[in-house]
Amino acid sequence: MRKFADLNLNIQTENLESFESAIRKASWLGYKIIGVSLPPKTTKEKITQLKEIAESFGVDLASRVNLSPSNPQELLRNLRRLRRKFEIIAVNCHLKSVARQAAKDRRVDIIYFPNEIKKRFFDKAEAELAKQALAALEIEIMQIPTLPRIQRTQLISRLRNEVKIAEKYQIPIVISSGISNPILMRRPREMAALATLFDIPMEKALKSVSEIPQSILERNREKLSPNFIAPGLKIVRKGKDCPNA
Amino acid sequence: MPERLRRRYFAVKLETEEKIDKRKIVNAIWNAIYELFGDYGASKAGLATIDYEEEEKLLILRCYHKAVDMVRAAIAFITKIDDKPIAMHVIAVSGTIKALRRKIKGKFQPSSFQSMDKAS
Repeated sequence: MRKFADLNLNIQTENLESFESAIRKASWLGYKIIGVSLPPKTTKEKITQLKEIAESFGVDLASRVNLSPSNPQELLRNLRRLRRKFEIIAVNCHLKSVARQAAKDRRVDIIYFPNEIKKRFFDKAEAELAKQALAALEIEIMQIPTLPRIQRTQLISRLRNEVKIAEKYQIPIVISSGISNPILMRRPREMAALATLFDIPMEKALKSVSEIPQSILERNREKLSPNFIAPGLKIVRKGKDCPNA
Repeated sequence: MPERLRRRYFAVKLETEEKIDKRKIVNAIWNAIYELFGDYGASKAGLATIDYEEEEKLLILRCYHKAVDMVRAAIAFITKIDDKPIAMHVIAVSGTIKALRRKIKGKFQPSSFQSMDKAS
C-alpha cells in the first residue's frame, strides 16, 4: 500500500494545539509522512516533541528546513551548520547563483523556485547539475490556485516545461502542498490530479506524492544514523559484537 | 457500435464553517473546470450533481470515468466560494451509486467528518 507524503507544510509549531489539529487533519486526509518546515534555530528537543505528537496520530514527521540564502557562500555556511540537524534540506532558489550552487551540492535534498516566472531558473544546465547531486525538484502545488489568473496560466505553462526537462534528465519530482493555512490541505490523490496539469501521467504523479518523498527521507535518515560511514558503507557490528575482537 | 459510456460517482466532503447553497457549489466546480480545461474539457466531463446533504456537507457527483482526474483536479482547485474559504475533499469514488453509499457509510461516518471539521 502506498505511503502518501507531503514534505512541505509551513504550519505553526509554536502553538502545539494548532500543530496537533493540522497533523490530525493530515492523518485524516491519508498522509503517513509529513514534512514540516522548521526555523533553523529549532532545538532537537522541540523536534522530538513534535515527532511524538505526530506519531500519536500515526504520522511520521520529517524535520525540514527551508534555506533562502542571499548568495552561494551563505548557502554553504548554512549547509555546514544544519545538514546533520534536519532530515530534509530544501533550498529556495530565488537567485541563479544560489540555484546553481544548490543543484550541485549533495547536501541539498530539494530545490524549489518562487512562483514568479523570471525567478525560475530550472533549465537544462540546472537539471544536469541536479542529476549528479541527486537533488529533487519540488513543485508547491497548492500555491497555484491562489495566484491571479494570468500569473497562474504562465506558471502552469512554465511548470510543464520544467517537468519535461526534469523527465529528460531523470530528476525526481516531489509534489508537495507548500501551504501555511490548513484549509488549503488536499488529499494526495487530488494533489496528483492537479499535477496532471503539467502533463505528468497520473501514475507518476502518485509516485511524486508517495515513493519519491519517502525514498528521500529514508536515504537521509540512513545518512544521519550514527552507523553510516559513506554511501553503501555502514557499521553493522562493533566492539563486543564482533566475534574476532 | 458506439462505446457504452462508463460513469463514476464521487462523494465530496465540504470543509467550511458556513452552510453553502448547492447551486453555488456546483457553479464553483463548473467554473474550476472551465478555468483549467476550457469548454472543450468541460464538455468531456459529463458532470452532474446527484445529491447534496447540506447538514452533513456531503455532495455526490457523477462524471464520465475518463474525466475522473479532471474533476478531481477541479475540485482540489477550489479554495473560495463568495470569498469564504472552502476545501472540498473527494472521500470516495465508485462505479455505482449503491456501492458509493456503502463505501461512505462504512468508512466515513458523520462523526469522523465532525472531528475533521474541528481539526480545521
